[in-house]
Amino acid sequence: MNLHAVRAIYGFEMARTGRTLMQSVISPVISTSLYFVVFGAAIGSRIPQVGGISYGAFIVPGLIMLSLLTQSISNASFAVFFPKFTGTIYELLSAPISYSEIVFSYVGAAATKSIVLGLIILATAGLFVPLHIEHPFWMMLFLVLTSVTFSLVGFIIGIWADGFERLQVVPLLIITPLTFLGGSFYSIDMLPLFWQTVALFNPVVYLVSGFRWSFYGLADVGVGVSLAMTVAFLAISLAIVAWIFRTGYRLKV
Amino acid sequence: MQDILSVSNLSKTYASGFSALKNINLAIRQGEIFALLGPNGAGKTTLISIICGIVNPSSGTVLVDGHDIIRDYRAARSLIGLVPQELTTDAFETVWSTVSFSRGLFGKPANPAHIEKVLKALSLWDKKDNKIMTLSGGMKRRVMIAKALSHEPQILFLDEPTAGVDVTLRRDMWELVRGLRSTGVTIILTTHYIDEAEEMADRIGVIIKGEIILVEGKTELMHKLGKKQLVLQLPHALTLVPAALSAHDLQLSKDGCELTYTYDAQGERIGIAALLKDLGDAGIQFKDLHTTQSSLEDIFVNLVEGKP
Ligand SMILES: Nc1ncnc2c1ncn2[C@@H]1O[C@H](COP(=O)(O)OP(=O)(O)O)[C@@H](O)[C@H]1O
Ligand SMILES: [Mg+2]
Repeated sequence: MNLHAVRAIYGFEMARTGRTLMQSVISPVISTSLYFVVFGAAIGSRIPQVGGISYGAFIVPGLIMLSLLTQSISNASFAVFFPKFTGTIYELLSAPISYSEIVFSYVGAAATKSIVLGLIILATAGLFVPLHIEHPFWMMLFLVLTSVTFSLVGFIIGIWADGFERLQVVPLLIITPLTFLGGSFYSIDMLPLFWQTVALFNPVVYLVSGFRWSFYGLADVGVGVSLAMTVAFLAISLAIVAWIFRTGYRLKV
Repeated sequence: MQDILSVSNLSKTYASGFSALKNINLAIRQGEIFALLGPNGAGKTTLISIICGIVNPSSGTVLVDGHDIIRDYRAARSLIGLVPQELTTDAFETVWSTVSFSRGLFGKPANPAHIEKVLKALSLWDKKDNKIMTLSGGMKRRVMIAKALSHEPQILFLDEPTAGVDVTLRRDMWELVRGLRSTGVTIILTTHYIDEAEEMADRIGVIIKGEIILVEGKTELMHKLGKKQLVLQLPHALTLVPAALSAHDLQLSKDGCELTYTYDAQGERIGIAALLKDLGDAGIQFKDLHTTQSSLEDIFVNLVEGKP
């Protein structure tokens, strides 16, 4: 294991975050605060409690998931795409470092950022609504698993992308809609029966549901199912990454 | 001397179907400066990229100090430093951090003293805290060299190191290359400037259209392929080369006042003696004579055009 290299890449990526603090930390915090003002305070006051929880508190896990997914993907995809774009990837490819070490460093850095960001948003939420975390261990587990999984998804997108549009297309056209429709702002049993069934095909439902359960003991699907689905997404992402490296897809000609 | 790099039956066909390298065989000796000389598009960068792990070979093997570049890539790659042809740098990083990053990437523990030495040797020391995007093109190239040297490689690849580089950097670079060689580092550079190969290299490999058509010591190459010409100035114009001299490869100038004798630079002094004797026997006098020798450039041009 080339630990020096892992440390170098991880450190490089974390330093990059430091430089782009505005973009990577402050802006998600501001947008989350806006959600609380709009949905929690303005609209939420007219919405009855969901499962005995005030609407403002109800949306906290979903909001954190929303940021976690979009930030993990955009952090990791940018981190991988940028060296391809500038050409500095030559150094990575010529270094005595294994593919797993590359993934570990990039995904590790992106996931670290997401986890920290998730916790910052959680703390921000605490300023607006009373927080209650029933299963802190599970909360952290879902936080970490989701961050890692979607950082892997970002890694894949970063490799697949051959331009800035593609980099944005997946988060914008797939992840954001899935998150909004994934029960971040409502419990899916509020939906008509037909749409409840459709919702079960949305992977984000399982993430949000499990995460919300760790807060309030309240879930759309069983927590075991949520965990199994999360782990399944992780496994699928890992398999795709392994395939990319085995074939050199879009990395080496 | 021992081979530090050996390339066997290496071929590369790009996805487009273009065959960029055709059955390359090449051995580089420990501690030499090797110039890979060839016109644009000959496959120089492709060859280097395969050795360094950036491009997948289609077939063949490469051993770096005995380590297979695919099976044993860690050992192979940690011996190599690469300065690619294109200027590619992290614009927002400082010189110091990007060079230190490279060292870590190649698995070496931090060593600020070494980084300092490298930066000083490349006149980058006073720029160490500058962001790379604030540097000039020449300075950026120095940074790329510093990155390649950060992990103390045994083999240094310089892909077109002086293309578009100013005179100072070119001079500094050659000084550095000679200094590295004296510490035992093997240097492989590509160029399409013949004078560069002629000035720097111990051995030269000529690559054309994906094939290495020859590898020679620089002096032997000049010797072997260089033509010499003996030009005789005649006091009286001739209309044709006398039959008595037909055994020699002679050419008469248009005005009939110059006889040119072409011979291989490899010895064959006997030819000249015989020619001079035959001239004397035929009663042809000359008032002056001089010899010319082809430069590496002429040799190269002939090779590229497919003439021996
Ligand atoms: N990724 C690629 N796909 C297809 N052809 C390529 C690719 N890279 C290089 N080539 C072609 O391979 C040939 C050799 O290129 P290169 O190794 O860069 O030559 P050199 O460095 O000697 O100028 C060129 O004709 C080039 O167009
Ligand atoms: Mg080239």
